[in-house]
Amino acid sequence: MSKSNTILYLDGVSVSFDGFRAINNLSLVLDKGEMRAIIGPNGAGKTTMMDIVTGKTRPDEGEVFFDGQVDLTKHDEAEIAMMGIGRKFQKPTVFESHTIEENLMLALKGPRSIFPALFHRRSAAEARQIDDILGIIRLGDKRDQLAANLSHGQKQWLEIGMLLAQDPKLLLVDEPVAGMTDAETEETARLLKEIARDHSVIVVEHDMHFVRELGVKVTCLHEGSVLSEGTLDFVSADERVVEVYLGR
Amino acid sequence: MITGRFFAAGADRRIAITILILLAVAIIVPLLNLAVSPTSAFYVPSYIVALTGKYLCYALLALALDLVWGYCGILSLGHGAFFALGGYAMGMYLMRQIGARGVYGNPILPDFMVFLNYKELPWFWTGFDHFWFAAIMVLAVPGLLAFVFGWFAFRSRVTGVYLSIITQAMTYALLLAFFRNDMGFGGNNGLTDFKDILGFNVQADATRSALFAASALMLALAVFVTWAIVGSKYGKLLMAVRDAESRTRFLGWRAENVKLFAFTVSAVMAGIAGALYVPQVGIINPGEFEPSNSIEVVIWAAVGGRGTIVGPIIGALLVNAGKSWFTGVLPEFWLFALGGLFVAVTLLLPKGIVGMWDSWRGNAKALRAASLAEEAGTDPVVPPQQKIVRSAATKPGDWSSSSPEPQPAE
Repeated sequence: MSKSNTILYLDGVSVSFDGFRAINNLSLVLDKGEMRAIIGPNGAGKTTMMDIVTGKTRPDEGEVFFDGQVDLTKHDEAEIAMMGIGRKFQKPTVFESHTIEENLMLALKGPRSIFPALFHRRSAAEARQIDDILGIIRLGDKRDQLAANLSHGQKQWLEIGMLLAQDPKLLLVDEPVAGMTDAETEETARLLKEIARDHSVIVVEHDMHFVRELGVKVTCLHEGSVLSEGTLDFVSADERVVEVYLGR
Repeated sequence: MITGRFFAAGADRRIAITILILLAVAIIVPLLNLAVSPTSAFYVPSYIVALTGKYLCYALLALALDLVWGYCGILSLGHGAFFALGGYAMGMYLMRQIGARGVYGNPILPDFMVFLNYKELPWFWTGFDHFWFAAIMVLAVPGLLAFVFGWFAFRSRVTGVYLSIITQAMTYALLLAFFRNDMGFGGNNGLTDFKDILGFNVQADATRSALFAASALMLALAVFVTWAIVGSKYGKLLMAVRDAESRTRFLGWRAENVKLFAFTVSAVMAGIAGALYVPQVGIINPGEFEPSNSIEVVIWAAVGGRGTIVGPIIGALLVNAGKSWFTGVLPEFWLFALGGLFVAVTLLLPKGIVGMWDSWRGNAKALRAASLAEEAGTDPVVPPQQKIVRSAATKPGDWSSSSPEPQPAE
């Protein structure tokens, strides 16, 4: 299989924790500009897969390539983030003691060393970028509020906004609509589709309505490897998938 | 650039006031000690100058700890080690200044070395006869130790209690090392019997006043530097690492470097505090490495309010003034009082004195705003409007200010 036109390329990846195989010979390919939804029951290895891609966990074996040529197993979290992989956590993780604006400022693409940060002054271009992102995530009127005061859904949106500020090539979004109302879920799907126009995106989600809303290729994971892949209708018609979800 | 921000921002009034007070104290106290006749009511006795000068050094140490603990969540239980190292560097300079006036009259070797049969000065004592060299060592030795220690600890991602324990182990290891006579630092007697600093008699009132003023000025400078660091983008990052370290990593920041910088700056500040402390108390011995000393620093910062710049200073001054008074009145009970104080602060004032004051002021302000709104007659209108806004907010898009209805002030 050629890696040349892929943004993410996993081949034969395995990792185990204390004898438990969290990821078992997983192979997954994401084309440039593609959005992919990943589903699967609890413990299928979805979050572990993200840990491997973002450098938090090293795989025991297998290949992980970003952008066709970069071997991700040789880099750590900060390097991988700088290459252009952004990650949203399952539990919304924002800097609660900072304002919305400061959260975005810390995420904004730019030099990541100490001394520039020490003498940093906000440029007009940065202010404009922050304004744009605040518009996209619709938190413009809350820019000076502490992130701690946001609702759960708003924190999810702020975190997505921080990903956008990073301007990554690939976004890994873990359960973006957990704990959201139906209307918020719909709005999030709209937002992600908008983002997917010029980014590659992987969305991990349990909510089937949401996945249907996205209307993209679906990969179902089970026990650390790919069980089924295709359109949502195809995957949900797959007997093995039904079996996994409903139990034997 | 940074100074511009300093004079522009009204929100930082408290910092400006603190610095002004310290500058004023640096001038007034020495004046009242030297220029006022001892019979006058305004006379400040020399022992008070020495005592408060010592407290200011403690305040600087507490501020240094607060930079890493309050703003970055690194609970260092070994900051006394950096303080002591700075003190030893200054002590070595003061020992070399004694020259031939020691008991044994050796022009090169300090008394304890003659006593221990040293034939020549150990290599690490060379250069300490120059003040500039000692001054550089005051900054470099604690800074370098913190850098090397932090480099390994933060890179291996040692955090929380484990980090606290190894900082404690570090200061304990140094305590044991400095107790040894063959280390060449005077063993358990330490360095003492100082005569001159920069050619002035350390015992003289004028020198003591100058040291007091230097401590106050240095504390003012440290307040300014800490404020500038904390207010910068780096400072925001420091707090971000404290609150959600993994988030900063996935944003591409190197959390270990962020911590390392703060830890090193903090150690240098602690070293300066130690260097100013030693000539004022006239002795430095391995007891300064005692783990309990470092824990006391944590208590000062906690009592005053960690994560505030003024808090640790107030905490250090209050607790030490309390200690001086208490050990005079009921010496056996001081440790119980200190323990009780820590328990009480943790239970009753989790944010310390300054944090408590802020939240009390915040509440008062909110109450005043609410009563003003009531007087203006806006209150009766607000509840129905609020309901309409809430029920209409079925889409997340309605969070934005794009809705035409005025939002009720909360």
